[in-house]
Amino acid sequence: MTTGTTTSVRLTGISKSFLGVPVLRGVDLQLRGGEVHAVMGENGAGKSTLLKVLAGVHRPDSGRIEVDGGEVSFAGPSDAQRAGIAIIHQEFTLLPHRSVAENVYLGREPVRRMQVDQRRMEADTRELLDWLGEDGIDPTVPVSSLSVAQRQVVEIVKALSTDARVLGMDEPTAALADHEVELLYDLVRRLRERGIAILYVSHRMREVFDLSDRITVLKDGQLVTCAPTSELTSEDLVRHMVGRDLGEYYPDRAAPDDLGPVRLALRGAGNARVRDLNLEVRAGEIVGLAGLQGSGRSAVARAVFGVEPFTRGAMEVDGAAHRVTRPRTAVRLGIALVTEDRKGDGLALRQSVRDNALLVRRAALRGARSRAKSDVSALLDKVTVVARGEHQEVRFLSGGNQQKVVLAKWLAVEPMVLLVDEPTRGIDVGAKRAVHELLRDLAKRGVAVLMISSELPELIGMSDRILVMHDGALAGELPAGASEGAVMALATGHGIGDVA
Amino acid sequence: MSTLQENTVPATSRATPPAARRRLHPTAIVYLALVALLVVGSVLVGLRGEVLLDQTGILNILTRATALGLVAIGQTMVILTGSLDLSVAYLVGLTSLIAAETMAGQDGMVLPGVLLALAVAAGVGLVNGLVITVLKAHAFIATLGVALILRGYLEDNYTGPAGDVPRAFQHLGYDRIGPIPVAALLMLAVAALCWWYLKRTRPGYHMYAVGGDIEVARLSGVRTRRTIVTAHVLCSVAAGLAGIYLASRLGSGAPYVGTEAGYDLESIAAVVLGGTLLAGGRGGIAGTIGGVLILATLDTIFDALEVNPFFKDVVRGVVLVTAVALYARRMAANRAHGRLS
Repeated sequence: MTTGTTTSVRLTGISKSFLGVPVLRGVDLQLRGGEVHAVMGENGAGKSTLLKVLAGVHRPDSGRIEVDGGEVSFAGPSDAQRAGIAIIHQEFTLLPHRSVAENVYLGREPVRRMQVDQRRMEADTRELLDWLGEDGIDPTVPVSSLSVAQRQVVEIVKALSTDARVLGMDEPTAALADHEVELLYDLVRRLRERGIAILYVSHRMREVFDLSDRITVLKDGQLVTCAPTSELTSEDLVRHMVGRDLGEYYPDRAAPDDLGPVRLALRGAGNARVRDLNLEVRAGEIVGLAGLQGSGRSAVARAVFGVEPFTRGAMEVDGAAHRVTRPRTAVRLGIALVTEDRKGDGLALRQSVRDNALLVRRAALRGARSRAKSDVSALLDKVTVVARGEHQEVRFLSGGNQQKVVLAKWLAVEPMVLLVDEPTRGIDVGAKRAVHELLRDLAKRGVAVLMISSELPELIGMSDRILVMHDGALAGELPAGASEGAVMALATGHGIGDVA
Repeated sequence: MSTLQENTVPATSRATPPAARRRLHPTAIVYLALVALLVVGSVLVGLRGEVLLDQTGILNILTRATALGLVAIGQTMVILTGSLDLSVAYLVGLTSLIAAETMAGQDGMVLPGVLLALAVAAGVGLVNGLVITVLKAHAFIATLGVALILRGYLEDNYTGPAGDVPRAFQHLGYDRIGPIPVAALLMLAVAALCWWYLKRTRPGYHMYAVGGDIEVARLSGVRTRRTIVTAHVLCSVAAGLAGIYLASRLGSGAPYVGTEAGYDLESIAAVVLGGTLLAGGRGGIAGTIGGVLILATLDTIFDALEVNPFFKDVVRGVVLVTAVALYARRMAANRAHGRLS
């Protein structure tokens, strides 16, 4: 692997249409070795298409691509690879049962005397890992034994093994836990130091400000702005992305007389993951549940919903004690859980929008209530799903629309307690706002909402009060509009707060 | 009221250190099960005053394992690649006929008979592979269709055994070194060759990759179609070898020699028993041979005990389901562990 040489890639006037619909309109982009260039924009702004043009997956209708000053034309991904450009996809492209080295060299295994040269493969992989400063990963272990963050390193090493000088990263933190995000930052910075040019596509404002040297904002396939990160503020970015000033990001909080009776209460509840939980969520209220990854945030929601039930203490729904040991019981009590893993736990990806929206109603209710389906379209309108029709398979929808289908699925049974875990992960600004408004609207109608989020601005902006977890227990409670610092202090176990 | 019994496990003591989780290799488990079965079988047979692992017993087990072993070796390749072959049983019958009819009792025609049988087998595998990759039929349906076509041909043209294998060629079926049949050694040689192919060559690596995740393999530059077709051709050739071996043992070709023994489902059972994932991407030849030996040993034990054939099937079914359930538990445990770490 050569170091020191700086590569530059310049895209000029790139346009691309699909079936007559323009997706990119005359976009310019320049990547330099040793620079992190972030691309932001709402879903459908053309970010992914731009990335794919760079990767040789799509051919632009017009425009020039230059690598190191010479014009190139990519007939396919392998041409881009040969020019030193590689893409880290959102979904990992690793085989869990195969070793690290086997994954890195998949399809390009070195052969010696008719056999795959395992030793060389492993040595070369180790060399690349060392070069990256990731010598903690053993090239011979199966990928399934690695953490998600380590898998991402393997993914990057796989790209580097093709002598990539330009890396495109599509939402690289989407699958990572909080502490792993820091490791990724570190890695991206190391790549930058070593002269790699990085195109960083992300929805997360903070990441972009932490990492990038330059930001390009796309809207409707056009370049809105390209400026050094130091000259932009997050308000600027949001304005550029949505094309209007969003003003305050979040809907109004509940007024004191909006609050109704206690819908969900835990009294000293606990199980193997969480302990001594005492909390109440009232009708009309959005309670934020903060905490670091692994603090037991999601475990609380899973326990309330009966996935991993409480083994100690008591749980009350609408004032009556209930023992919920299965999700079905929870659903019939009017509890809903929007899980953090939308594709894995939330949706039947190959089924239609309609079937997904009716999934819970058909499964958990009896008789006529389960057959009532005339209002599906009203339901989908309510959550503002944009699909080609009720019969489109949900896997073809954008992340934001998929999340809205998940919400519709629960609204179909009119829950009284709504647990939402990372409700806006990986969805664009517009859809985020729609989800926020929907949650507030539900609260206004008397639903008790417990919201888990890793994005502190969202959690603080939405919540009427904030409970913070640390190490399986509640560390304290904060009022609406608390500072991020106060939340983090409790979450990291340093805070002093009135324990709820 | 949901006040539940006190659980004394503290919230933080859940994760077990990774080193404590180190488990036996799946293949080792298969062979441990085989040894356990041989011990239990020897005791049961011993209670009747007989010996399980005497010269005849060993000969019995290995003879049973030879034809099934050949078919299962091929089946392992297609299953690892994420496919499946239901046409092997009829193909065994067809190749036994082709070999025996071509030889027609003449020593000089042995080689042409073997080659022709293998060529036809390879052709059937090619068809299987192409129907799956080009016509995009699911492997289950594609190979079932080919199986039906082969059956139709066999039923239309044969009513019973046909062809004649020269005496010289029958040595292949009956020669042995001590209690070890030569054919069993040849089967193990084929197994070794396929093991090397899967574990050491690029096409072998790519079979694991395609079975693990075909999309990942494709995006990494693996020629997925070629890989699947190759696996099917090799599988059918292995079934062809089984047909030739059976022709040599029977002295003639027999149209239903493969289906009567149920080699289609039996070979899949042996592969799965050997620890290969039915979904592909994980497992191997060594486990399959273990699975074949377990099935062959079970049969031999049952024969020695003169067990009712229906009961035999019940036990085989229980063994198979238990094995698969155990593997599934291990996988689930591994996955849970991976999520925690």
